[in-house]
Amino acid sequence: MLKRTALYEEHQRSGGRLIDFGGWELPVQYTGVIDEHQTCRTAAGLFDVSHMGEILCEGKDAEKFLNYLVTNNVSKIAIGQAQYTVMCNEAGGIVDDLIIYRRGEDQFFVVVNASNTDKDYSWIQKIHASGKWDLTLRNVSTEYTQIAIQGPKATEILQTLTPADLSAVKTYWFTESTVLGGVPAIIARTGYTGEDGFEIYLDWNKGPELWRALLEGGKTHGIKPCGLGARDTLRLEVKYPLYGHELGDDTNPVEAGLNWVIKLDKGDFIGKGPIVAMKERGPARALVGLKLTGPGIPRQSYTVHLADGTTRIGELTSGTQSPMLKQSIGVAYVAKEHSAIGSKITVDIRGNKVPAEIVATPFYKRPY
Amino acid sequence: MSYPNTLKYTKDHEWAKIEGKIATIGITDHAQSALGDVVFVELPAAGRTLKHGETFGVVESIKAVSDLYAPLDGKVLEANAAVSADPSLINRNAHDEAWLIKLEMADGTSTAELMDAEAYTKYVQSLK
Repeated sequence: MLKRTALYEEHQRSGGRLIDFGGWELPVQYTGVIDEHQTCRTAAGLFDVSHMGEILCEGKDAEKFLNYLVTNNVSKIAIGQAQYTVMCNEAGGIVDDLIIYRRGEDQFFVVVNASNTDKDYSWIQKIHASGKWDLTLRNVSTEYTQIAIQGPKATEILQTLTPADLSAVKTYWFTESTVLGGVPAIIARTGYTGEDGFEIYLDWNKGPELWRALLEGGKTHGIKPCGLGARDTLRLEVKYPLYGHELGDDTNPVEAGLNWVIKLDKGDFIGKGPIVAMKERGPARALVGLKLTGPGIPRQSYTVHLADGTTRIGELTSGTQSPMLKQSIGVAYVAKEHSAIGSKITVDIRGNKVPAEIVATPFYKRPY
Repeated sequence: MSYPNTLKYTKDHEWAKIEGKIATIGITDHAQSALGDVVFVELPAAGRTLKHGETFGVVESIKAVSDLYAPLDGKVLEANAAVSADPSLINRNAHDEAWLIKLEMADGTSTAELMDAEAYTKYVQSLK
């Protein structure tokens, strides 16, 4: 039996095409991936991301514990601020990437990938059990609806439904306020599209009401519901990594280009040894963006070769045709010595070596 | 969705229009709808000989790659350049303008295995 979010009936009503996504019955698209993608870039897109996992970590040792669990410096998060980070296993491989929201001195709200929620929670509990930490953990994933509103019109649309001054909420900060005239909500200026916008966490059962109010209020601004298809192409155009593609249990954050979330001066944390080792010797491969210059669409697991089509130098982790650029784009791990921007390479598409080039990323940058 | 009586259909969601020895091949409206926005096609060159069931090309949406299977034995006479230039034609007019290839059927090729519109409509309904 597939799990359903509180918005299941809304998706059906809006003509969403429902698929099995990591055990969740969620819409892959409504009107079409390209249309939804472009609507999010030019007006506003509405996403049901309630399948994401939420874990509460609260107590006197919460900060110390999270600092041991993740690679980024949790002590740098102010109350009301959010931080992107990864947690690693002992070998330095990424267990998951996550966002930590600091709600109080000893109160943290940890948001993890839907398909990793159970694995993550077990891992976190295991680490918790391995030491003497004064804190409580609670998996509250089924208590929250999470709705993302993203795009240039997102702020204007959401502002009519909350007394919070959204213009005062900076990127990667949040406010604890209300929506719909009194429903408590965490309103965070975060997202996964490369657009400005918000992610709203509220009572699971209040989700449908907020969803409908945002669609209704955003009508004149051209808002549309967006499915998982557009969510994937939007994140890919700005080269945000996706667990299971760019990141995995055997990916070291150094090779994934995540040095910016690794803080070595904060003390010990899980995976630090292998991470330091890779930093010192330098990673053997790099995560790069590429554009095809020949015909075709690159996809995950297609192999990357030198320009003459001989030596294999890497493999695609994601690929699509960019709905904004109308070009075939991809992300790949390639051998460090062949990873320079401007390098001519080829991608093996069904046996044909199609010319491509390593390019600077993000592929798309918002104009505002 | 409606499926023209003038076409024959396969379980791989392709259609064939038989005119003498010439079979024009495309994908059905059901197939294009399931795929979503079609953004790329790869079609065979004229002159290639195909066997029934053989992969002769691909149709790609933003999300997925879908193989095309020859519904009959024959030789490729022509691939539709208009579809290669604008694959979204498949989403707009799958049963007519967005034909993919024309085949010259091999001698003795039987079309008896293909479904008529009524049988295909039932088949599509049975998948839901």
